[in-house]
Amino acid sequence: MKYVIALAGNQNSGKTTLYNALTGSNQHVGNFPGVTIEKKEGLIKKHKEVSLVDLPGIYSLSPYTMEEVVTRDFILEEHPDVILNIVDGTNIERNLYLTLQLMELSTPMVIALNMMDEVESSGNSIDVNKLSKLLGIPVVPISASKEEGISELVDVIVKTAQEKEQPKKLDFCSGEVHKAIHSISHLIEDQAKKAGYPVRFAATKLVEGDEPTFEMLNITENQAHIIEHVVEEMERGLNTDREAALADMRYDYIGRICRDTVFKKQETKEQVRSEKIDRVLTNKYFGIPIFFGIMFFIFWVTFGVIGAPLQGLLEQLIGNFTDFIARLMITHDVSDWVYSLVINGVFAGVGSVLSFLPIIVILFFFLSLLEDSGYMARVAFLMDKLLRKIGLSGRSFVPMLVGFGCSVPAIMATRTLASERDRKMTIILTPFMSCSAKLPIYGMITATFFPDNAAVVMISLYILGIVVAILSGLLLKSTIFKGEPVPFVMELPAYRVPSRRSVLLHMWQKAKDFIQRAFTIIFIATIIIWFLQSFDWSLNMVADSSDSMLAAIGSVISPVFIPLGFNDWRASTALITGLTAKEAVVSTLSVLTGTSTDMQLSAVLNTIFTPLSAFSFLTFTLLYMPCVAAFAASRREFGSTKYAVLAAAYQTITAYIVGMIIYQIGILFV
Amino acid sequence: MTLDNVMPGQGGVISSIGGQGMLRRRLLDMGLTPNTKVRVRKVAPMGDPMELLLRNYVLTIRKEEASKIELKEVFNS
Repeated sequence: MKYVIALAGNQNSGKTTLYNALTGSNQHVGNFPGVTIEKKEGLIKKHKEVSLVDLPGIYSLSPYTMEEVVTRDFILEEHPDVILNIVDGTNIERNLYLTLQLMELSTPMVIALNMMDEVESSGNSIDVNKLSKLLGIPVVPISASKEEGISELVDVIVKTAQEKEQPKKLDFCSGEVHKAIHSISHLIEDQAKKAGYPVRFAATKLVEGDEPTFEMLNITENQAHIIEHVVEEMERGLNTDREAALADMRYDYIGRICRDTVFKKQETKEQVRSEKIDRVLTNKYFGIPIFFGIMFFIFWVTFGVIGAPLQGLLEQLIGNFTDFIARLMITHDVSDWVYSLVINGVFAGVGSVLSFLPIIVILFFFLSLLEDSGYMARVAFLMDKLLRKIGLSGRSFVPMLVGFGCSVPAIMATRTLASERDRKMTIILTPFMSCSAKLPIYGMITATFFPDNAAVVMISLYILGIVVAILSGLLLKSTIFKGEPVPFVMELPAYRVPSRRSVLLHMWQKAKDFIQRAFTIIFIATIIIWFLQSFDWSLNMVADSSDSMLAAIGSVISPVFIPLGFNDWRASTALITGLTAKEAVVSTLSVLTGTSTDMQLSAVLNTIFTPLSAFSFLTFTLLYMPCVAAFAASRREFGSTKYAVLAAAYQTITAYIVGMIIYQIGILFV
Repeated sequence: MTLDNVMPGQGGVISSIGGQGMLRRRLLDMGLTPNTKVRVRKVAPMGDPMELLLRNYVLTIRKEEASKIELKEVFNS
């Protein structure tokens, strides 16, 4: 016998911590079909017959956000055996709001009442037995972070799954709302059953005016009239509208339950502590400087103190291993092309995948700390005003900032954003933040063409990237992401010490995820580039890569860049190899020009570019599609190859247009 | 008086929630229902959004959204 359990609950209720405590590292991470919403599945420890699906963190089932739709569809269509609803005991009123809606879905349910350690240590208490009786659902007190009550919880889940007992009580409405829901229930009972909708849930949704339910149940025009009449009567009786009436009815019921079961003398220690911490961290004067200080520290450690040496060490290891294999192949006299495939194809590919790893692991160590401690929500609070104009919220600020280091973890970090729309927009805009791999290109070109104004040129590129991101945001907001943005109504959870298990698991998952998803795509891209660079059209290996297929392709593409002021096969070829990793642009230029020192390369670059066209070339490299590793990450986060390709096309076209504008306006003045 | 005009440290009791569609629904879902007590704790350094305390938890909303929330009593806490 196999059971499927769906884990549902509010954001910040400790859902992920509970999920990790129940399943351990045994998790499969994917997306819900067609959306960029993460779906985690795993088997419960010591109960391999029970699988647990982690649903998105939501506050309600009103189907306005994709997260709510996904949750609702999963429960209605996949029919899990049990809904495991996690409820934050320190914030019970608002958490039970979702509970009441889940109860309407006529699925066996268990409540995990989390953070009971905090409730009790502050001298407050909750009468768990009474709560369970009032709700008609088993309630198990737990502390997910301390792993208390977990085995009891598992026992109750298994028992509930076996007995298939549905929530007993549904009648938490009274008066006018009660009347309306009941008369509509009678009216649509047969249709609801036919559509596989729980009757009570369907009736409530019809009262709320929920369009999808009207369609699913094939509500006739006549019925719609009756429903409208019933609801209007209810509104008149209560002197309020339908949505407020239902929200009020639920909170009213919750209020009555809590009066009988929750004994609260004071705020919890964590809440008191949080208010004190916030006096500093969201302080009017220090809040923003402290945030930038923290981010600076994270960058410094990730890319400097630990990242660089670790990356160096990794490179050295790969180098040594490469040398070893190279010697082995030479002594065994393998053919030239095999040698080249292994050394310049395979090892170069593996090397470039692995070079991202230290950055990803360290960065996600810090990002998990920021997220799990509750600080990320404060960053959103601090920075919201800046991002609002382009249709995003403060939550997108950190991924974008990380983009200045490396687009790969930046794109991966969008997963914690609360709305799908924000995630998609942030994934598209983040690569415009100039990543650190582009610095060698800027360095080489500015040293050649703008030796006296190097800093000004570099800073102008960073600013240009930000400006293009802002303009793109405005454009996207008024075109494909038109419509109502998800409102910025966000909880500021109490600060908590992140659990070591969650942080480590998060790092491990991101690393694994990156290797799994990126490996194939980066590897294939490297091999293709190697192949094109090492052979001519009759598949003979070339000694000089200017005779290769890649060079020929570069020559064909080259005229495309005439409006940008440069038309040289070496430049266009370098832009192609730059897709494997941006820093490859410089090495390709030096290989194709047959130069070995910066001085020599500078001399040749002077024949390829004028200062103006060099700047438009820089603009293009800044803005065009990110490297394949970042492309793989965006494909993963979009959950769709099509979207990732469209985003890359958008970025490349933008790069082309901006480069062209700069060159064409520039020549008027030069 | 609407919630966006309430100074930090002050609070009030909600009389009605304006706005429409997703925004309104979201505010209601988060517990900003009529007769609920709300306290304004803070305003972000750049002047927006604001930090609220209600139903024993902390919520942040933009002033634009807060302007949709009408209060019937305002008090200093």
